[in-house]
Amino acid sequence: MPLRAQLDEIDRRIINELQGGFPLVERPYAAVARELGISEADLIARLKRLLEIGAATRFGPMYHAERMGGAVMLAALAVPEARFEEVAALVNAYDEVAHNYKRAHKYNMWFVVAAETPERIEEVLQDIEARTGLSVLRAPKLKEYFIGFRVPV
Amino acid sequence: MQRIDEKDRAIIAATQAGLPLVPDPWAEVAKETGLEPQEVLERMRAMAERGVIRRIGLVPNHYRLGWTANGMSVWDVPDELVDELGEKVGALPFVTHCYLRPRSLPEWPYNLFAMVHGRSRAEVEGKVARIHSVLKPHVRSFDVLYSTRILKKAGLRIRRDVTPIPHGSKG
Repeated sequence: MPLRAQLDEIDRRIINELQGGFPLVERPYAAVARELGISEADLIARLKRLLEIGAATRFGPMYHAERMGGAVMLAALAVPEARFEEVAALVNAYDEVAHNYKRAHKYNMWFVVAAETPERIEEVLQDIEARTGLSVLRAPKLKEYFIGFRVPV
Repeated sequence: MQRIDEKDRAIIAATQAGLPLVPDPWAEVAKETGLEPQEVLERMRAMAERGVIRRIGLVPNHYRLGWTANGMSVWDVPDELVDELGEKVGALPFVTHCYLRPRSLPEWPYNLFAMVHGRSRAEVEGKVARIHSVLKPHVRSFDVLYSTRILKKAGLRIRRDVTPIPHGSKG
């Protein structure tokens, strides 16, 4: 059964309303449940189920990397198609590489490197360049324009 | 900028995989960190105020919910206008991330990145057209890079007793 068909109206409201703004108060689930018109126990059970069936990947605080004292960089490679798998395996093997996406473009590999310092990020990128012979496009975030994104279901 | 201290780090380590799904989650985090529940709550509030916590909530699985198209739209707009334009693009309800990044000339002329998700490529294209209409007439060139495969998706994690490695940023 498609995942969306497994969600009822209350599940959808939970997903739509809980994508941000979970309150930092005593008994927070009870507070949210009251707004949704359900019980605290029902909300907790539904959140567990949404995670279990894979409708959501996570419930909790989203931390801001740089404000925690870490560093993050978006980087890209233009990998010849014949070498794509080899280079993907090499890049993915770094613990510092948090995610990596194939994209339809000359720059076909886009990955995020996160480390404790900007120096360590540069070390990883130079290592990747030396081992692949490809030059890495460095696209650090200079400024963030934000945004309250919601995926409506 | 005020950095996080050891107690904050203990709270982060205890909650980065998720907030406990129990009636009193602060007490649960307190048990794990050796702090008092009230202190957990106060420190989390303080981290939210400082922006260390961006938000607390549910992260839907875009793909599994049918949002399978993901386009990174990239724009070359004049530097002197990029803040004004970036704010406008960021205010569009369907833009998930909007960043200023450096150009790398001559290979990469784009300085404004806006991520768009949709249930189909056509839906993403429609949204990109709306971004285009907001940026007009300042667009010198643009492109949309669709993701075709997830090669790796690991959460960014801090390890206990080690200097923090962040979680929850797209870089």
